[in-house]
Amino acid sequence: MLKCAVLSLWKTAFSLPLKPFMEEAELIPHLFRTEYRKIISVLCKFLGLEHIKIAEDIVSDTFLLAAETWGQKGLPKNPTAWLYTVSKNKAYDVLKRHKIFTEKIVREIQLDSEHIAENNIDLSKENIVDSQLQMMFAICHPAIGIEAQIGLSLSILCGFGVEEIADAFLSNKDTIYKRLARAKEKLKSEQIKLELPPAHDISKRLETVLTTLYLLFSEGYYSSSQNTILRKDLCMEAMRLNLMLTEHEATNSPATNALLALMCFHASRFDARTHQNGDIILYEEQDESLWNQELISRGEHYLNRASTGSVLSKYHLEAAIAYWHTHKNDTPEKWENILQLYNRLLQIEYSPIAALNRTYALSKANGKTEAIREAEKLNLQENHLYHSLLGTLYMDIDKQKAQMHLKTAMDLAKTTADKKTIQSKLDASF
Amino acid sequence: MTNEFLLVFRRDALSNDNNMSPEQLQAMMKPWQDWMGSLAAQNKLVSSGNRLASDGRVVQPHQVTTNGPYVEIKEAIGGYIIIRAESLDEAAELSKDCPILQVGGNVEVRSIIPMENSI
Repeated sequence: MLKCAVLSLWKTAFSLPLKPFMEEAELIPHLFRTEYRKIISVLCKFLGLEHIKIAEDIVSDTFLLAAETWGQKGLPKNPTAWLYTVSKNKAYDVLKRHKIFTEKIVREIQLDSEHIAENNIDLSKENIVDSQLQMMFAICHPAIGIEAQIGLSLSILCGFGVEEIADAFLSNKDTIYKRLARAKEKLKSEQIKLELPPAHDISKRLETVLTTLYLLFSEGYYSSSQNTILRKDLCMEAMRLNLMLTEHEATNSPATNALLALMCFHASRFDARTHQNGDIILYEEQDESLWNQELISRGEHYLNRASTGSVLSKYHLEAAIAYWHTHKNDTPEKWENILQLYNRLLQIEYSPIAALNRTYALSKANGKTEAIREAEKLNLQENHLYHSLLGTLYMDIDKQKAQMHLKTAMDLAKTTADKKTIQSKLDASF
Repeated sequence: MTNEFLLVFRRDALSNDNNMSPEQLQAMMKPWQDWMGSLAAQNKLVSSGNRLASDGRVVQPHQVTTNGPYVEIKEAIGGYIIIRAESLDEAAELSKDCPILQVGGNVEVRSIIPMENSI
């Protein structure tokens, strides 16, 4: 059952089947996820990114109409084509009513001509792909703050509602609404265009796009939101966008493939790492028969594709670490490799979590005594995971110290999920 | 306030490491990677620096160039890194685990003068 869920995560992310027997109750949300960003990207390409709000309104109206009409009259033969036609017509209607274009453009597109109209809003496969890629680069523009980039990505590229975004960020609707509004204002004031960056700039700009996708995925994977379906959706969307980058020559870099490999390896454990009720299952205690082999082999595929060129990105290192974690057996080779990968990762970029994970790998590769000595140098006394790690390391050496650290960890932990994990360790220590 | 320090690794210039097997190389690399990883895990590594090859030239006044920097000094610089520490004492303390000390080399610890104060 759980395995099926991961498989469907995979299939939806990578092949987007539109099941003919899909109930319309689930069809509309499904189409919303997959088609929203396509239509909105194409409309923005046509209207100009400064009119993104109008484009959003048009797409929302279209889906509202779909819900009403399909409910009464049944599904159209080709729901996707229906959405394209209706949104296209709505866009022309809006143009006629609002005169948002300069006279010159209005004259050029000759609103009354059906023929010209078809050539203008171009919902061909190629233009949909191009527009979406350009939208990714526009949203991940360096002028826009990283939080706003993620918010905009969720809203525009993933079709998430304000409520869902607030839920994922553990924030409230008001805050998210304001954040999105400010970000859209920024798109306008910075005069950001829907276009791919020039060739000399693309690798630098791609870094920002990859960072946003990385955070988008992490938001889903590590979020303490109890909404498992939402979190899985977030991961799936990040993978889908990442996949799009690997399919385009200019963005198919080794780092792009490494990031996708990393996501595949992590996602392979999605169903094994939580109980039905959302509680976290630690890696050591996971049932590896729930690890998704298909995602693991996809990950290996993308990791191989990432192994070209001379740049070793942090995604390469993290993907390689995640790869070794797909081997359940504790071999000296596994932990020595993981340790060396963390050693290099930390040299590229420090983070407390990498420092703690490195110390855990050190205990497996070089022994607990050395790991405890190293852990105590870390200066992360305020971090519950630091004390949780020391609790684990001391367990067989000094039970009292172990319990002392676990109790401190308990006091510092903020989420219920974290507290539960620590409590079970503490319980096991008596 | 933290400062940056240059750690310069020196060792006997006469030792010849060219005939090592990949396994030996690997075994030699591990203590270095573990030590640098340890510094990085403490967020005290500023730059992984560079390793230096054993051949070199010394350019002197009056058009004189000699092979190798080791004509008069026995120890050669093998590499360097930059770390972050509260004081020279702490930087020296952090150097005590450096693997070069296991093979008869030494670490020179030097304060880096911040750019804005150097004029």
